[in-house]
Amino acid sequence: MGLTHYLIVSLLVFSLGLFCVLTRRNAIGVLMGVELVLNSANINYLAFARFSSGGYDGQVFAIFVIMLAAAEAAIGLAIVLGIYQTFQTIDLEATETLRG
Amino acid sequence: MKPVNVDYLRWIVFLPLLGAFLNGVPGAAIQRVAGRKAISLIACTPLLIAFAISVRAFVQLMQLPAENRLLLDHLWTWISVGSLRVNVAFQVDPLSAVMILVVTGVGGLIHIYSTGYMHDEKSYWRYFAFLNLFTFAMLTLALADNLLLMFVGWEGVGLCSYALIGFWYTDINNASAGSKAFIVNRIGDFGFTLGAFLLFWTLNNLGHGTLTFRELQEHAHLLDGQMIGSMSVATAVTLLFFVGATGKSAQIPLYVWLPDAMAGPTPVSALIHAATMVTAGVYMIGRTNFLFSMAPTTLHVVAWIGALTAFFAATIGLTQTDIKRVLAYSTVSQLGYMFLAMGVGAYAAGIFHLVTHAFFKACLFLGSGSVIHSMHGEQDMRKMGGLKKWMPITHWTFVLSTLAIAGFPLTSGFCSKDEILWKAFSSEHGSTPLWLVGFAGAGMTAFYMSRQVIMTFYGECHADHHTQEHLHESPPSMAYPLVVLAGLALFGGLLGWPTALGGGNRFEHWLEPLFSHGGHGGHAEHGSASMEYLLMAASVGCAAVGFLLARAMYLTKTLPVDTFANLANGTLYRWSYNKYYVDEFYAATVIAFTMFLSRVSSAFDTYVVDFLVNGAATVVRTGSWLNGLFDTYVIDGTVDGLATVTLGVGSRVRQLQSGSINGYLYVIAVATVVILLYRVM
Repeated sequence: MGLTHYLIVSLLVFSLGLFCVLTRRNAIGVLMGVELVLNSANINYLAFARFSSGGYDGQVFAIFVIMLAAAEAAIGLAIVLGIYQTFQTIDLEATETLRG
Repeated sequence: MKPVNVDYLRWIVFLPLLGAFLNGVPGAAIQRVAGRKAISLIACTPLLIAFAISVRAFVQLMQLPAENRLLLDHLWTWISVGSLRVNVAFQVDPLSAVMILVVTGVGGLIHIYSTGYMHDEKSYWRYFAFLNLFTFAMLTLALADNLLLMFVGWEGVGLCSYALIGFWYTDINNASAGSKAFIVNRIGDFGFTLGAFLLFWTLNNLGHGTLTFRELQEHAHLLDGQMIGSMSVATAVTLLFFVGATGKSAQIPLYVWLPDAMAGPTPVSALIHAATMVTAGVYMIGRTNFLFSMAPTTLHVVAWIGALTAFFAATIGLTQTDIKRVLAYSTVSQLGYMFLAMGVGAYAAGIFHLVTHAFFKACLFLGSGSVIHSMHGEQDMRKMGGLKKWMPITHWTFVLSTLAIAGFPLTSGFCSKDEILWKAFSSEHGSTPLWLVGFAGAGMTAFYMSRQVIMTFYGECHADHHTQEHLHESPPSMAYPLVVLAGLALFGGLLGWPTALGGGNRFEHWLEPLFSHGGHGGHAEHGSASMEYLLMAASVGCAAVGFLLARAMYLTKTLPVDTFANLANGTLYRWSYNKYYVDEFYAATVIAFTMFLSRVSSAFDTYVVDFLVNGAATVVRTGSWLNGLFDTYVIDGTVDGLATVTLGVGSRVRQLQSGSINGYLYVIAVATVVILLYRVM
């Protein structure tokens, strides 16, 4: 099992995540898609670290990403709650107040 | 002559002003809180003190050598422009000493009398404030050491006469009488001002521009030979001054305001007629006599105007039925005598008559006031009669004053009037016609005064029953001044007891330093002592005839009252009764012309001035309309156009910002892919 397999899995996860982000109207769904995208990036980091450099930098990046993802999820959920309080919905199509 | 500097003369002037201020400003409150007694006290005290100070000044003046009698109280320099210096300074010389004694003395008595006469008046305080102000103005006039300060007093008495004559201003007749006095005086004042300007201007060109009397007298000789047009400057100046004097002192042709001045309260009439305002003109001529003596033409005019006024006013007095109106024309007539004296250069005699006239005319007016007071405001003599038994004090004082004014031998009026008639006959400027006119006036005076006394105090009473029941003698505050004045009217002649009767005429000697300049005046007499006795006897006889006629017509009725009235089909009577239609004449000429002028002016205003103004307005409006168009279409167009463009651009650009997060994400994803593809290839 080589690098290619990992990259294919990562590509699949990324594509699923992007699809999810682009198509969901539910804000939570969008956030979940973003998590998938971030995970595909983590897979890449770990795979390249394992098969190319052999050092720990890939792992370190992955841990950073996880931490960022956690922080982002917290902020994202807070924003979603704020939107819900204002609009009584989290449908992104309905929250177009900021448009020009 | 060097003046003696003193510092108390100012109080003579300022005390009445203080009284006027106290009664005038917080007066209504004082009257409410402290009552009329306080107002009377504030009003009368300054006059009494001022009288005391005047006496002191007089005494000090007497102690000085005759040639050096001049007290000066210099307060401050009022105007100092170029060569002109005008001081606020008061001077007492023999002439102004006489004047202030009369003003404060007789004026003070009138003040005291007023406390009784005006007792039921609502604006008691206002009355006394004006009365004090009046006295203040008159004292300023008398004490001023220069023409300008004199003019302040001159205008002041005019103003106060307006306020006092129109005192009961709710009646339109009273208000218009006040206006009449004011306006007629204004005409005279115009002459006075012009005269002062001309005098100053001429002297200034000669290097001695001044308005101070002492310096004027010093430099007056410079006017010799100065001409304006074909008239000498001295004549022009004195004629203009005389115009002022005819206004103040009610001479032909400006006397019309004085009879109407009856509208004011009677004590005011007394004050105006006796002690203050009307004597101002005489005093002013006395004050500037050095100028008048330089202008024989003016003296001639003054003498004739005076004599004619004395005569015509007396003829009007013959027929009047209003008790005060008779006295008013009598005043005009007596003032005529004063001017007659001035005109023949007998200044001292004129001033002497001014003094004695102040005594008996004040007494007569206050007496008539007492009668009117008792008759509840009735002024028509035809409704009086027999008042003698109800009002003994008023009656006796009135009779004594009448004797004085009619020239009963040895009373004050006899002394002064005969002095005038004698000077009119004998002095350098005098003539027999002048004497004759004055002589005839004296006879008429005796007639109309006797007529007045008889109609008022003798015979049977014509008042209605109700009035008769309430007839009463006046209270002491009114009666005592009458007694004092009657005493003065009787014995005032002692001041200037004629030389012909062994007196030596101290009054004339007292005024000599002022009037004896240049050898003019009443000294260049022709005629002898026997002539003087003859004239004296003649005028006494004339007065006696006047008295006897009045007695026969009104008391014993031996001569029908209509005897004279029917002469010439009654035309003479009608003319006299209607005062020669002078007021109507003025109404038809001067007033009609003024009204015409005002209508012309009004038309000019409407059609020419308004046309120009409205035309200008139209031009401006058109201009602003065009301006508005430019603003709307050019400036606003530019601004609005810019805004439209911006809006259009904005509405396009804002499509980009849809607010749809998914949309943004698509754009980001597609753009990323495009960029990546571009990088790879």
